[in-house]
Amino acid sequence: MSQATLQIRRISGHAGPVPGAGVERAQTVCKLVDTTTCIGCKACEVACLEWNGYTFSETVFDNSYQTMPETAWNYWNLIKFNEHEREDGTLMLLMRKDQCMHCAEPGCLAACPADGAIVQYANGIVDFQQDHCIGCGYCVTGCPFNIPKFNPSTKKMFKCTLCADRVAQGLEPACIKACPTGCLHFGTKDDMTDLAETRAQQLREHYGFEKAGVYDPTGVGGTGVIYVLHDAANPEAYGGLPKNPHIPWVVRLWKGPAKWIGNLAMLGGIIGVALHYLRFGPKRVESAKDQKGGQP
Amino acid sequence: MTNGYIDIKNTDVMLIMGGNPAENHPCGFKWAIEAKRTRNAKMIVVDPRFTRTAATSDLFLQIRAGADIAFLGGVIHYAIENNRIANEYLTNFTNAGFIVKEGFKLPEDGLYSGFDRAAQTYDKSTWNYEEGDGIGAATVAAVASAKPMLPPKVAYDLTLQHPRSVFQLLKKQYSRYTPEMVERITGIPKDQFLKAADLFTSVRKDGDMKKVATIMYAVGWTQHTFGTQIIRTAAMLQLLLGNVGRAGGGVNALRGHSNIQGATDMGGVFDIWPGYLKVPNPADVDLKAYLDRTTPKVSKPAAWDSFNYWSNTPKFAVSFLKALYGDAARKENDWAFHYMPKVDRNYSWTEIWDNMYRGSVKGMFAFGMNGVAIGPDSQKNIAALKRADWLVVGEIYPDETSEFWKSPGISPAEMKEIKTTVYRLACAGFAEKDGSMTNSSRWLQWKNIALPPPGQARLDQDIVAQIFLKVRELYKAEGGKFPDPILNLTWPYTDPQHPALAELAKEFNGKAIANLTDPKTQQTIKDGQQLPGFSWLKDDGTTSCGNWIYCGCWTEAGPQLARRGTEDPSGLGIYQNWAWSWPANRRVLYNRASCDSSGKPWDVERKQVWWNEAAQLWVGNDIPDFKADSNPKEHMGPFIMNPEGVGRIFGPLAAFADGPFPEHYEPIESPVQNPLHPSQSNNPVVKKFSTPADKYGTTGEGFNIICTTYRLTEHYHYWTKNNPMSVQLIPEPFVEIPIELAAELGIKGGDKVKVTSARSYYIAKAFVTKRIKPMTIDGKKVYQIGVPIHQGYRGIQEDAGRDARTIANRLTPTVVDPNAFTPEFKGFLVKLEKA
Amino acid sequence: MDGSRRDFLKAGALGGAATSFFGFDLAPAYAQLRELKIARATETRSTCPYCSVSCGVIIYTIGDNAKNVTPQVVHVEGDPDHPINRGTLCPKGASLEQDIVNPRRLLKPQVRRPGSDHWEDIAWDQAIDEIGHWVKKTRDETFIERDALRRTVNRCEGIAWIGGCTDTNEFNYLVGKAMRSLGVCYLETQARV
Repeated sequence: MSQATLQIRRISGHAGPVPGAGVERAQTVCKLVDTTTCIGCKACEVACLEWNGYTFSETVFDNSYQTMPETAWNYWNLIKFNEHEREDGTLMLLMRKDQCMHCAEPGCLAACPADGAIVQYANGIVDFQQDHCIGCGYCVTGCPFNIPKFNPSTKKMFKCTLCADRVAQGLEPACIKACPTGCLHFGTKDDMTDLAETRAQQLREHYGFEKAGVYDPTGVGGTGVIYVLHDAANPEAYGGLPKNPHIPWVVRLWKGPAKWIGNLAMLGGIIGVALHYLRFGPKRVESAKDQKGGQP
Repeated sequence: MTNGYIDIKNTDVMLIMGGNPAENHPCGFKWAIEAKRTRNAKMIVVDPRFTRTAATSDLFLQIRAGADIAFLGGVIHYAIENNRIANEYLTNFTNAGFIVKEGFKLPEDGLYSGFDRAAQTYDKSTWNYEEGDGIGAATVAAVASAKPMLPPKVAYDLTLQHPRSVFQLLKKQYSRYTPEMVERITGIPKDQFLKAADLFTSVRKDGDMKKVATIMYAVGWTQHTFGTQIIRTAAMLQLLLGNVGRAGGGVNALRGHSNIQGATDMGGVFDIWPGYLKVPNPADVDLKAYLDRTTPKVSKPAAWDSFNYWSNTPKFAVSFLKALYGDAARKENDWAFHYMPKVDRNYSWTEIWDNMYRGSVKGMFAFGMNGVAIGPDSQKNIAALKRADWLVVGEIYPDETSEFWKSPGISPAEMKEIKTTVYRLACAGFAEKDGSMTNSSRWLQWKNIALPPPGQARLDQDIVAQIFLKVRELYKAEGGKFPDPILNLTWPYTDPQHPALAELAKEFNGKAIANLTDPKTQQTIKDGQQLPGFSWLKDDGTTSCGNWIYCGCWTEAGPQLARRGTEDPSGLGIYQNWAWSWPANRRVLYNRASCDSSGKPWDVERKQVWWNEAAQLWVGNDIPDFKADSNPKEHMGPFIMNPEGVGRIFGPLAAFADGPFPEHYEPIESPVQNPLHPSQSNNPVVKKFSTPADKYGTTGEGFNIICTTYRLTEHYHYWTKNNPMSVQLIPEPFVEIPIELAAELGIKGGDKVKVTSARSYYIAKAFVTKRIKPMTIDGKKVYQIGVPIHQGYRGIQEDAGRDARTIANRLTPTVVDPNAFTPEFKGFLVKLEKA
Repeated sequence: MDGSRRDFLKAGALGGAATSFFGFDLAPAYAQLRELKIARATETRSTCPYCSVSCGVIIYTIGDNAKNVTPQVVHVEGDPDHPINRGTLCPKGASLEQDIVNPRRLLKPQVRRPGSDHWEDIAWDQAIDEIGHWVKKTRDETFIERDALRRTVNRCEGIAWIGGCTDTNEFNYLVGKAMRSLGVCYLETQARV
């Protein structure tokens, strides 16, 4: 009946090639987020929570419409609000849905030491398999977008699944379906790229946003979630979207040359320490000019 | 809405003002975004705050709350000065060329002709058309009449040059609304205003008639002491630009709730019966007197034609009385007209509370209506309920109204003194009931039952039926005051204690109660059959119909309001086979005006209806909102519900209580005197309330800050404070405060603040924001703050003691619009301090 | 859901991949996904009760309407056929499940007696009976048959009805019938405010 499976393209912490990778044909799926038509209504947040059945979490008003500072293990997508002043003094209320980017080259998967805890399906969705997760948190280090979150009660990592369960059954992700303005759109990566570029062009030609463009960063091989931004040169204004995200060198090393000499305990240890440092070291700098709400 | 949600996608320019659709109608707002995506449409947002709607706009202007008429009047002035008007449309489809009676005076000093200062009302006899023919023809001497009526033959000048033509008066009226004056009143800098005026009127640049602009609004316009007149200014502007009746155009009331459109259609307010029939008053001594008063007579230029659809009022009224009283309504007893209460004054919302406060209203039913939280002046409403004998609340959650007797501040000793008996009846939620609701596109949509009500909760209709039948039983057994209407009310439901909503829908659709034959087509309808449409209604007692405008929603062919056809062949978003739209399944009202005088669409890309010469009929993608066989040569006006047949730029006689043209007046509580006429600052016909609870603040008493109330997208009124998800999204009450004001008062984001009006106070956290800026009004620095309304003293957070348990409407004043009787929730004065 | 979101996931979730991890099997690796929670649920088409857009919603309930089942709502989602919302919902509509299934719902009739500081339970029949008597008493006491000019007015000025924003057309019609037959003039709804 409704049991479904998805073919796997990449597996974390796995020795040897992924069995049967590339045997079956599969289109890469993609979520388009057009921030220029986002109304910050949070329907995507609610649809996600409803579909995944998460319970009430206590929140506190923090001088913003934004519900919480960042995503949580049981709160996978969050609209980031920013009252942004343009150079000409006009005000913009930037609203961006923050969630897992489903990178083509996922840093989390590269960093993960547990066999099969993180997989990338043939359709591009990056998914955590909690049964195999050891809760080490290395995926956090590998992720340039601050997405994987730790559930202290189960000691496992969680994040957006791009509703892999729905997609496997032929349904669109819950957030996509709910979005009232169509700021969210779902389809193949090729189609979404095309749609995003067309929209960016329209923004440049008809709406005076000369720097409008598409955010699909190459540092992570491109992403399964792409953004249309009014100002592609300043992604940081959209609630801290990194300008040039990449997988940290230490993770690349771990998965690159180090993979084959990783048995050397000392080096492994050093990398482990480095990963640990990166995991718990300071990561975020708030821009002084922009606030998610107004004056803190 | 004259149009509908999907139709917004057909527009070229949108003006969104007095509404915040991105937050309050998100799923309808998608069609505004669609217009931007697919047509490069432009969006202008004018609001006291930079809202989430403003975030997607192309031009945002921050306006002072309550200055809307000044802005719109300024746009009218700009359109006329720059010839951005639809000449052919204006001349043929509006009363712009009609000549107004001598003696009519514009309100340069704030008053129209005929003001009676003692009574605070107008004698409107000069607010009328001149009787006569075309310009140059002899004017017919008007017969002196006790009750002023519209002249059957109206004098007119199609060159629009006559100094007393509506157009010239309009031009003169708004000549005072210069960009400079607009800036003084609204606080919008002149250059920004001009940008907006240019963009909105750009659809009529160089005489082009193809493009269309739309206006969307909600209660940000309605909730003022001049709310009706704001909406009228918008309608006049749209007529001036020829945007009414057209795909992508119109004047679109977004409305705030799922079925207040239906409630209004169904006569759920004191002043109308179902289908917008006027309620009778004591002077209507019999049905004839009532029908004479309420059935309009044609008033038009002699050479033109007017359908005057309201001339059918007798058919609608008699069929309604037949629906209510069946066999007890007979010709011999004047169709039981005497059973109906005769309304002699204003019985509207605020009057209920005022009269309960004064002791004359002793019992109240509140079903799904949280009157304490809704206000205005919640504390006055609580004080009123304390004096009532009984209150019956039907609800699905514990609410403020049912627990007024233990509201914050009431001591145990005081509680003992509150003698009101309160019944709180557990009702059914939406998913547990079927029935239809009418959205603001005027679609009646049937919904299905998903599950039974929980616990012992009962269906609302069963509760009302059971109470009514109990009352009837008591009158039958004991007698009492005038029991006839109670005993004779039709109650033909299969299970009288549990009336099926489908039976009720069939009843208000109407049926034949004799065999009927259409003399033209020879089509017949048998006794007892459902009527296919209101053209079948009769005034001889052979039809019964609970609401004429809903006639056609449930026919012999079945429930039209439950249809689910998803085809849209024209691509205009008409969806003719989805649900059922009143009237007669028309989707865009006045759609005859989408064509020129000869019956050809103004824009061939957006063809709605048109005249088919071969068939000698109006045909099209929508159902023509017109007399189907009226050849354009007959010059019948497209506004068939007006006796003139044309759109009213000038609202004659009693159409409006406060003037045939809108004039800017200040809110009852305002930080400035009206720059147009300081000696007449407020709307002259607005009366303040006078109980000890009714207090109005002034700047002299330190109430210097303009406050406005509104909803957030995360919550719905006072309902979702019971829903954990909504509470999680916005957990606490807050007040939006400009950064500059916060700095002056030493307030930081998240600080607890106290907002105080002349009525009471409100406590919430400060939301310090760049999205409301200080304004300069008539040279004076003015701050505005914003208070979302969603919290109270019963809710998830309230019960957990996580907020101060105050209601936003403790702040708002009891004072209403003189036409619609809607309270002034928007734009009153407060003080702000750290709590 | 405090535990793993993969409550439905069986051991060996990586399915076919399990045997191939350490071999050179070319059989593709598959992950088994969570079962679709609405797969066999009953769908009921309804209308969102909140704003005036009146979005179509689908209410998913457990149970196939068999006699021995009280339907249990498990999910609410937008109706993709609905021409206006086309499956989309706002944050309020998207959380309707928690409006229908909510521990704060009122489940029985209650009364607060004069001077009392608490609610008491009351049987439905008694509540209806008492309310009926109140209505008759107040109507008889405040009914005006003729005004000062001796004109027939047949008004009851002592009773008010205030109706809600989500009441159906049918309910509004029924209320209008009942209240106007009593002579009630203070008949108002959310439409005014």
